[in-house]
Amino acid sequence: MAEVFVKNEKVYKTQKFISNLLIFIFLGFVALVVLVPFYWMLLTSLKNTTMIEQVPPIFFLKPADWEIENYRSLFYLVPSGPRRGEPLFPFFTYMRNTIVVSIVSTVGTVLTTVLAAFAFARLNFKGRDVLFAILIATMMIPGEIFILTNFLTINKLGWYDIMNQTFMDVLLAMTLPFMTSVFYVFYLRQTFKQIPNELYYAAKVDGTTDFQYLLKIMIPIALPTIITITILNSMGAWNAYIWPAMITTKDEFRLVSNGLRGAFTDSGTGRTDFGQQMASAVLVTLPLLLMFFVFRKQIMRGVSRSGIKG
Amino acid sequence: METKNNWRAWLYLAPMLFLMAVFTFYPLFNAFVISVYRDYLPLANEGAGTISGYTLSNYSVIFNNQLFWQAVLNTFVLAFVSVPVSIIISLFISVGLKSIPKLKGFFQSIFFLPYVTNSIAVGMAFAVMFHRNHGLFNAILSWFGISAIDWIGGTATWWAQMGALMIFTIWESLAFKILVFTSGLQNIDKQYYDAARIDAASKWTIFKRITVPLLSPLIMYISITSLIGALKAYNSVIGLFGERLGGQPYSMITIVAFVYKYRSDFAFQGYYSYAAAGAIILFFITLLFSAMQTMVAKRRVHY
Repeated sequence: MAEVFVKNEKVYKTQKFISNLLIFIFLGFVALVVLVPFYWMLLTSLKNTTMIEQVPPIFFLKPADWEIENYRSLFYLVPSGPRRGEPLFPFFTYMRNTIVVSIVSTVGTVLTTVLAAFAFARLNFKGRDVLFAILIATMMIPGEIFILTNFLTINKLGWYDIMNQTFMDVLLAMTLPFMTSVFYVFYLRQTFKQIPNELYYAAKVDGTTDFQYLLKIMIPIALPTIITITILNSMGAWNAYIWPAMITTKDEFRLVSNGLRGAFTDSGTGRTDFGQQMASAVLVTLPLLLMFFVFRKQIMRGVSRSGIKG
Repeated sequence: METKNNWRAWLYLAPMLFLMAVFTFYPLFNAFVISVYRDYLPLANEGAGTISGYTLSNYSVIFNNQLFWQAVLNTFVLAFVSVPVSIIISLFISVGLKSIPKLKGFFQSIFFLPYVTNSIAVGMAFAVMFHRNHGLFNAILSWFGISAIDWIGGTATWWAQMGALMIFTIWESLAFKILVFTSGLQNIDKQYYDAARIDAASKWTIFKRITVPLLSPLIMYISITSLIGALKAYNSVIGLFGERLGGQPYSMITIVAFVYKYRSDFAFQGYYSYAAAGAIILFFITLLFSAMQTMVAKRRVHY
C-alpha cells in the first residue's frame, strides 16, 4: 500500500512539474509578445535608413552600430515650411506643456474629488444617493459627446482665439473640463467609508468642525488612495491627443502625443523617416515607463479597483 | 448623523458639480440640440452661431452617408471580435499566473506594460512592425514560407487592415483584463479547488466547472465595459494608420473618428450637426449596452 502511495506521489509531482513548465513556457511566450513592440521601437530608433530598409530585418544591433543621429536630428530646426525655425520634434516644449497641464489638472481633480467624496461618504443630505447614482451613470457616456459643446464653450470664454491665444488660455481649456472624475470620487468614497464612525463622533464631541476632521483625520488615513489617484490622473495628460490638438492654435502649445504622428513624413515624397519617428516614440514612452517602475504598486492597485464593480 | 448641515454638504460638492454642470451635463443636453439644428455654423467668419431652424434631417444625412456605415461596420467588427478574444486569452493567462505564485509578480508587471504606454507611440511601433517590406510580421511569416502581406499600406485589403488593428487592439487591452481577472481569482475560495483535487478533476474540468462559473459575474461585467470601451476606438487607429485613418483614406474609420472628421470641418455649414448626430448615435449604442449590463447583473449570478 505504502509503495503505491509513494508511486502516486511521484507521478503527481512529475505531472505537476510538467504542467507548470508548460504554463511557464506559455506565459514566457506571452511576455515576449508583450515586450517585442517596445524592443522594436527602441531597435528601429537606433537604426539608420539603410539598416531599417534591410530585408530580412536586423533583429539585433551591437552597441557600436547604434545610430544616435535619429535622436539628435529631432532637435534640428526645420529649414522651411510652416514650422520653419522650430525643432523637428519640439520634445522639451511639449514635455514642459504636458507636465504643467498634468500638474494643474491633477491638483484640481484631487481637490474636487476629496471634497465630493467627503460629502458622499460622511455627510448626510437630501438626495445624496440619487445624485451619486446620476454621477455614476455619467461614467458610461462617451466623452465625444461633451467635446463638441466644450469646444464651443472654450471659444465663448475667449480661450480659443486664433490670433492671440496665450498659454494661460490653453492651460485653462485643457484642464478645467477634466478636473472632475466620478470614478475617483467613487474610489475615494469607498476608502473614506472604511474609517469608523466612532472617530467622527469623538471628534465632534471635541468640537472639531467637519472641515478640520477631513483635513486632519480622513485625508491622512486615506493618503494611499489619494496618492494612487494623483499618479493615475497625472499619467492621463501623456495620452491626451484629440482635445489638445483641437483647442491649440499654435504648435508650441501642444502636448507630447500631438507631436508624434505626421511630423516625420516628408510631404513631398510621402516617405516616412521611421528612425526619427521611433526615436520620438521612445522619448514619449520612456517617462511613462519610469513612472510605472517607481509607482508600480499604486498604479496596479488603482487600476484593478476600476475593474471591480461596486 | 445630523441632518441640519444639509447646505454644508452642497458646499463640499459645489466645485465638482459646478464643473460638471458646465462641462458634462450642459454639453450632453446641448449635443442633442446641435444635432437638430438646420444649417448650423458654430464659429468662424460671419454668421457664426446662426441656424435656420430645426430639423431631424441631419440624422438621415448621416444614415445615407456611406462613410458612416463603414465606420459602424469597422467599429462593430473590431469590438465584437477583439473583446471576446482578449477576454479568453487573459483568462488563460490569469489562471496560468495563479499556478506559478513565485514568478507571478514579475510576469504581472510585464503584462501590465501596455496599459501604461501612450497608444499613439506604440501604434507607430506596430506600424513599423507591420511594414510590408521590412516589418517584423512579414519576416516571421516568411519563416513559414508565407509571402509578404500588405497589412496597412495603400494596397492592403480591408481584412489585412482589420487584422492589424485587431492584433494591436488585443495587445493593448490584455493588460487591464489580466490584472482584473487575477485579482478576481484571488477572491475565489480555496476550498473549491481542494474539493476538485480530491475528486481528481483535470485542469480543464476545474477551469470549466469552477473558475469560469465563479468568475462569471466579473467576466460579464468586464465584457460589457470593454465592449463599450472598444466602441470608442480612435487613438489606436491614429497610432497605427495616422490621420489618414486607414491604408486607403478612411478605410479604417471608426464612429468616433467619423464624429471628429465632421467636427474638424466646422467651417462648412451644418457639418457640426452631423458630428453631433454621430455622437448621439454612439451615445445610444453605449446606453443599450449599459442597460444590458444592468439587466444581466440583476437577473442572475452564474452560481
